[in-house]
Amino acid sequence: MTECIHCGLDCGKNPVMFDDKPFCCEGCSMVYQILHEKKMNRYYTMMPTPGIRLDQDNTAGTRYAFLDQTEVRSQLLEFSDGGISRVNLFIPGIHCSSCIWLLENLNTLHTGVIHSHVNFVRKEVTITFRDSEISLRQLVELLHTIHYIPELSHSTKKKDEHQHTNRKMLMKIGIAGFAFGNIMLLSFPDYLPGGEHVDQLMAGTFGIVSFILALPVVTYCSSDFFLSAYKSLRKKIINIDLPISLGILALFLESSWEIFNGYGPGYMDSLAGLLFFMLIGRWYQGKTYESLSFDRDYRSYFPIAVTRIKEGIEDFVQLKDIEKGDVILVRNGELIPSDAILLEGEGSIDYSFVTGESFPVSKKTGDFVFAGGRQTGAALLLKVEKAVEQSYLTRLWNEEKVGESEKAGMQSVVNKVSHYFTIIILTLATGALIYWSFFDFGKAVYVFASILIVACPCALALTIPFTFGNVMRVFGRNGFYIRNTEVIEALTHTDTVVFDKTGTITHARSMNISWEGNPLSETEKQWTRSLARNSTHPLSVMIGEWLPESKVIIADDFREIAGLGITGVVDGNTIMIGSRRFITGNDEEVASSLSTVYLSINHTIKGFFTLENRYREGLTEVVKGFEHYNIHLISGDNDAERSNLRDIIGSDESLHFNQGPADKLSYIRNLKSQGKRVIMIGDGLNDAGALLSADVGITIADDVYHFSPACDAILQSSQFGRLHEFIKFSRSAMKIVYSGYTISFLYNIVGLTFAVQGLLSPVVAAIIMPLSSITIVSFSTFSVRILAGLKKLRA
Amino acid sequence: MSVIVVLIGFSILVAVGFLIAFLWAVRSGQYDDDVSPSVRILFDNDEEENADKSVQNQPKV
Repeated sequence: MTECIHCGLDCGKNPVMFDDKPFCCEGCSMVYQILHEKKMNRYYTMMPTPGIRLDQDNTAGTRYAFLDQTEVRSQLLEFSDGGISRVNLFIPGIHCSSCIWLLENLNTLHTGVIHSHVNFVRKEVTITFRDSEISLRQLVELLHTIHYIPELSHSTKKKDEHQHTNRKMLMKIGIAGFAFGNIMLLSFPDYLPGGEHVDQLMAGTFGIVSFILALPVVTYCSSDFFLSAYKSLRKKIINIDLPISLGILALFLESSWEIFNGYGPGYMDSLAGLLFFMLIGRWYQGKTYESLSFDRDYRSYFPIAVTRIKEGIEDFVQLKDIEKGDVILVRNGELIPSDAILLEGEGSIDYSFVTGESFPVSKKTGDFVFAGGRQTGAALLLKVEKAVEQSYLTRLWNEEKVGESEKAGMQSVVNKVSHYFTIIILTLATGALIYWSFFDFGKAVYVFASILIVACPCALALTIPFTFGNVMRVFGRNGFYIRNTEVIEALTHTDTVVFDKTGTITHARSMNISWEGNPLSETEKQWTRSLARNSTHPLSVMIGEWLPESKVIIADDFREIAGLGITGVVDGNTIMIGSRRFITGNDEEVASSLSTVYLSINHTIKGFFTLENRYREGLTEVVKGFEHYNIHLISGDNDAERSNLRDIIGSDESLHFNQGPADKLSYIRNLKSQGKRVIMIGDGLNDAGALLSADVGITIADDVYHFSPACDAILQSSQFGRLHEFIKFSRSAMKIVYSGYTISFLYNIVGLTFAVQGLLSPVVAAIIMPLSSITIVSFSTFSVRILAGLKKLRA
Repeated sequence: MSVIVVLIGFSILVAVGFLIAFLWAVRSGQYDDDVSPSVRILFDNDEEENADKSVQNQPKV
């Protein structure tokens, strides 16, 4: 196998050669030429085969013409003044150090670029450029020519928010850590024997300084805990933050009282230490996949602007300004933004991202076209029937908004535990208060506070962030990306799994192909392949790839008849490839699970290719892995594959065909109303409603950075066969959490025995509290890693 | 012994200086991306056309 220098894919037998180097396609070689010209060969030496291959028609054309519009420009630009502008672009293709190098050396490619800076984690590049030398459109086109295609969409604001909270979290950790370290130094005399003999003046100063250092910790660093406790109390729920807040307050008040009355140094060191550990836990848990987007709404799929034709003049209008009756132009590869009627052109519309169905649907003049499809082929003129907001797809999405609220209200284990925990601690504290008040009221108050201090469930609060945070990382390394750590717990409660068919359990872009009819000779195969290579229709592409590698002969008089087939003259022979109707003239519908493509050479019918859905590798293992689950299948397709699927899934009642998006949604809702906990696994937008209303919605994607409907988790399609392993792993992780809880309860019992007797001293607190936190953190981290090793997941 | 009080005052002052440096670093976005700086430092700057780049390499936030 010869590897393409640019992208590393197989070049086949006839590689494109340039500069004595093999390339898999013209596109890859073009990028090499551009970089070679500018002496930027280092791109290829830094990392082997760093490039990105573009599969579809990849000329920018007028695709980015809308970027010349002032309104669009000002929406995208971060800043523009005095001829210098800055733009921040999301480029999902960024994947290695060569990418960083190339994108940060854009000024070598074009002198108009002043400076470019990559944020690898968020897959973004910030480019400052001179307006007089390069326009925003030219800049985006430049990126396009080197195959770094930016995703231009409406929703970029949300990311800034995330960045802001991340920074705030780090600042809080910094302050808490600073206070923790310094207070611990000041408390050091108390840890040693004879500490009580420290000079009065010094002890007093140390106390006051500790108090001052602890002030920002209590007011600023713990604000999130107080806020969350307050919010949950208002909803009459007890969450983990309530006992934490109580503990923090008790610690602070008790310590301040001791310091200002000269009784001792208090527990400020423990207070700062706890906050420090807990904040680290939260930060760790919150470090999710920033560059993946789990809440796309339809707008992120849609173009920012479309071409409108008004009185013979083309101009670009923003999506929201399109009105009913407007005539719009949709070019090859562009998305149809609203429901419309086809006025001119032959539509071959790819609805794969709406329905998961991989074959384009053909539309004739006068046909109604739904929004969300992508035109493949010549440009279309459409008359808008409904504004974008009212289109079928958009409404589908709005309906799903209802789904979101269905997911809330699931009681997590930690909330249940903290509910009982809080009640027990409060009872215990009050009991001790009453008991001690018979003997010594001052001591009673002290014991009351001590119990609250020791009982602060920090170890409890750390268990979930560290266990699930690590599980999330293990999953991510194995191609299973979850939205947040709550998904793991939700996974463990599920008992029902619902699969979508097309694109989910079958491959979206490859099928099993076989030939039926007269055996073809080598030259006939070569002719057929040469013709098939001319079309971008998925069936042609697949047949072209399936036929043996041979030299491509240029076809004359090539014509593509939308919805029917292709014809052309190769080496003087008329070849026709297409549907049954196109080749045989027979119009009967044949119900079959197979797609058939007929072939005729010089007007003799040679036979047909059959293309059969290919189930994903490991499907039977996955079904077996879900042995304790109810397995369902809902498909938008007809039931031609029913018998195949019955063999795999096992039961006939749970197979449902011809289900529209709304049917899928109500199916899931119905299951849930029966008390089932449902995992929905799908891929297209037609599953979007079902994905949202299920307890856990998992999207299968070939490329996790592209086109996935809103969901809780994204599974890389190559990892489909391990789906059940991930769910089993979540269950084991839950056991780790329970073990962590047990450990933290043991510490609590030890601490409480000191506290009820009124024997809690700063030293005991300083030992027990950080020690329990550290034990939990290391226990969770190591056991997840060991478990991952045992289950053969990459840790 | 009371000199310790003064010393502690100074030491905390120094520590606060470092804390402020850290907060500044976070606010200026140095912790937003923890991958590319580690890669970027390995890029050679020997080419002439890149010579002026090193000056402008600081992120402007």
